[in-house]
Amino acid sequence: MSAAATIAHEVPPQTGPRAFLHRLRQGDQIAHLITLTFAAVILLLTSMLVYELWINSHLSRTQFGWAFFWTKVWDPNFDNFGAAPFIYGTLVTSAVALVLAVPLGLASAIFLSELAPRKISDIISFLIDLLAAVPSVIYGLLGIFIVVPLMRTTLGPLLINTLGNVPSLGVLFRGPNYGVGFLTAGIVLAIMVVPFIISVSREVLLTVPREQREAALALGATRWESTWQVVVPWARAGIMGSVFLALARALGETMAVTMVIGNAAAIKASLLSPGDTIASTIANQFTEATGDLYLSSLIELGLVLFLITFILNGLARILIVATERGGGRPA
Amino acid sequence: MKKTLLVVWLMMLPLALTAVIAAAQGGTVLLNAAGATFPYPIYSKWFDVYHTAHSNVQINYQSIGSGGGIRQLQAGTVDFGASDGPMTDDQLAQSKFKILHFPTVLGAVVPTYNIASGAAELNFTQKALAGIYLGTITKWNDPEIAKANPGASLPNADIVVVHRSDGSGTSYIWTDFLAKVSDDWKNKVGKAATSVNWPVGLGGKGNEGVTGLVKQTPNSIGYIELIYAVQNNIPYGKVQNAAGKFVKADLAGVTAAASADAKNIPDDFRVSITNAPGPNVYPISSFTWLLIPAQIQDAAKREAIKDFLKWMLSDGQKFNEGLSYAQLPKEVIARETKAIALIQ
Amino acid sequence: MSTVRILWRKSLNFVMLTLTGVAAFAVVSVLFLILGYLIWNGGTSLSWNFFTQLPKPVGESGGGMANAIVGSLKLLFLAAVMGLPIGLLTGVYLAEFGGKSFSFVVRYTTDLLNGVPSIVIGIFAYSLVVLPVKHFSALAGGVALGIMVIPITVRSTEEFLRAVPGNMREAAMALGASKWKTIVTVVLPAASGGILTGMLLALARVAGETAPLLFTAFGNRFWSQGWGQPIASLPVMIYTYAVAPYDDWHRQAWAAGLVLLGLVLVSNLGARFILARSKAI
Repeated sequence: MSAAATIAHEVPPQTGPRAFLHRLRQGDQIAHLITLTFAAVILLLTSMLVYELWINSHLSRTQFGWAFFWTKVWDPNFDNFGAAPFIYGTLVTSAVALVLAVPLGLASAIFLSELAPRKISDIISFLIDLLAAVPSVIYGLLGIFIVVPLMRTTLGPLLINTLGNVPSLGVLFRGPNYGVGFLTAGIVLAIMVVPFIISVSREVLLTVPREQREAALALGATRWESTWQVVVPWARAGIMGSVFLALARALGETMAVTMVIGNAAAIKASLLSPGDTIASTIANQFTEATGDLYLSSLIELGLVLFLITFILNGLARILIVATERGGGRPA
Repeated sequence: MKKTLLVVWLMMLPLALTAVIAAAQGGTVLLNAAGATFPYPIYSKWFDVYHTAHSNVQINYQSIGSGGGIRQLQAGTVDFGASDGPMTDDQLAQSKFKILHFPTVLGAVVPTYNIASGAAELNFTQKALAGIYLGTITKWNDPEIAKANPGASLPNADIVVVHRSDGSGTSYIWTDFLAKVSDDWKNKVGKAATSVNWPVGLGGKGNEGVTGLVKQTPNSIGYIELIYAVQNNIPYGKVQNAAGKFVKADLAGVTAAASADAKNIPDDFRVSITNAPGPNVYPISSFTWLLIPAQIQDAAKREAIKDFLKWMLSDGQKFNEGLSYAQLPKEVIARETKAIALIQ
Repeated sequence: MSTVRILWRKSLNFVMLTLTGVAAFAVVSVLFLILGYLIWNGGTSLSWNFFTQLPKPVGESGGGMANAIVGSLKLLFLAAVMGLPIGLLTGVYLAEFGGKSFSFVVRYTTDLLNGVPSIVIGIFAYSLVVLPVKHFSALAGGVALGIMVIPITVRSTEEFLRAVPGNMREAAMALGASKWKTIVTVVLPAASGGILTGMLLALARVAGETAPLLFTAFGNRFWSQGWGQPIASLPVMIYTYAVAPYDDWHRQAWAAGLVLLGLVLVSNLGARFILARSKAI
């Protein structure tokens, strides 16, 4: 291996074993410090961000206090602001997006890494990466032109007539059906985040050592069993990482969601009813907001979203630890 | 080594382009402006034509929204702003420097609808529009709508109301009108604003979004800018004005709204002309303003802005009608031309 | 093992593998649908003018987005220069050097940063870079995009560094290499494919972002000089044109979307090509 050959030639001159070790450690120490500094920069940036959000939302925080979380009204004219409908909308649309994107993305990643010929897999993966670059405005336009009519004329009525009649689950699929709403936004979001899941998961699955698969197959497992019970668990950390990426994007997505969600600040059980999310509200109203309390409330919404992300990330990590069954790659 | 060179070359490309462009320019007056989206088409036309005539003046206008325009002006990051609604007394008091308002064009907001039975042009009384948007009038064949449209077959269907999801000057004009014609609206929803707590309805983003929703949703109604309706051949209804007449929005009716009460326009030009008196007035009309600091330190910028304003009030107005904006009435132009002298 | 069980396992195998194929097919179809839509709507508006002319006001034909194309390139360059090193080195730290609790905090924070809506990042960059100097600039836009590039880069760098098998590291160290030398000459090259994917994914994502640029780079109808002036970009142009009343501008918006995708495609190809060449040594 060429890299090893390079190293072998570059052993530093032996002026004395202790001096050599000292220099070695110095080099490593410097590298450690440099990378540590850059890692700390992220902490610094995020702290500054939270600080800015905190300071600029001072007015509304003092005005509304904790009630901001459960007030259902958002009234710029009478200066009464509450985040409840947007928190609901954010959680619902992200949940729908992940429920759709994770199975689809993971299945596609498995197909691309295990079954497809390498060349085709590379090309398709390359093209899927491109999807990540499509501006959200265009996703929004496509949502309006394609998904919304589809939902209103075909998919919506279908869901209402079939799943809508199932007891308890059915409450998620009730009319009236306008085409815009939580489900439509969730679908558009799913399309937007699936490239992240596929791209990263596929790469991670490709790094699973061949020996693992072969060992399973040698023991008589079918292709699927070897994939699902050996390869995927090995890559679990990376796959979860891709889901985190997807979740984060879904939570913070603005343009595309705002064009297809119907923008009604309301909390309704049916996925087919219109609603709104935090990110979409901020994006829609920030540029036009003129009152100080109004602005402060919008920024407080940003802070609330930050808190939601914090909690969801924590829950997800707890979930990972709780389902650690072993069979994963050693850390 | 070759590939490193290649990478370095590729990275140098944007820098090289920058240098070339910088070398080509010098001595230009660069003005940055931000604000309303409603007049963006005419502003971009004006600034382009002005630049062609005065090639050393570049006015870069970005339509980030009226609120954005006001805030950026107050923060000092732009040279002047633009807004679809006049600044309030509070906002003016908060500004560190004096800001002057200059009306530029007139625009109108029209009701557009989609009725399955394909009714021809509908008439809307003031109470009808207010009731629909308050949610008190819920069916298309409600007597309030039916009585203004004898002979039209209105379905017994729920009205799907569409409003703007994003804050906008169009909403400002619409809510200004509703607040004037309906006390219920004023009490429940409040005064004119770019964003309100809509009692009912779906939100569409931009005129585009509202039009899209209305087109796709049977039995729906929405409000959009006149220019948008005209450019896209979208049918819209007539609105009853203060004199009781049903008027279909057109440029003449909009200019009439401004000149109807021209004497009463205050010196700072901050006025609302919705529901103006007069038989031919289209009641949902409005000015849109440029916000200019009263004191501009940079002499070159000051002269450029003053000269532009003079041009805008004379030659500039000729471009309005081509883009479906109404011209300013002569009385207003005369007063504004005098007001330019206030910029020091 | 009974034949029933074997049959069950075999049919499960067939069904599940087919399902994965179906999933991949569904995703690829959506992809082609989107690309097709873009090409159909935007392709007809592409012209030499589009690439060389400045924007023209409505009603006048022959306008283009030359300044926006250059602007997007400049902004992406800034974002890469500012964000990728931070992301890469943090990933190295997390994978190679990190202590348990500090690493946990860094990872958690990175995920948090990833979830911040792009408009909030734009507002942050605005207060950091624009307000102090009272003017918009390409630099501010680069800062906003740079911040957004970091989380994806960190995650992918860490993941793929971890995936490098331990025996490679041990072999290098056995030959006398120090830790950082091992990382630079053995581990990073081995993980470079995945790391590059992550970086390109991150850049692709920010290439299409509008909201963070509205208050930082602002936008410019003319050519922008240097790094301290407002600058046009493709996503902002798309946003401005897409919500306008004019058909001509709509078509230009689609064309811009197509060009943006093309830009990302070309840089993707370019970067992978360079990587393949360097690996072949």
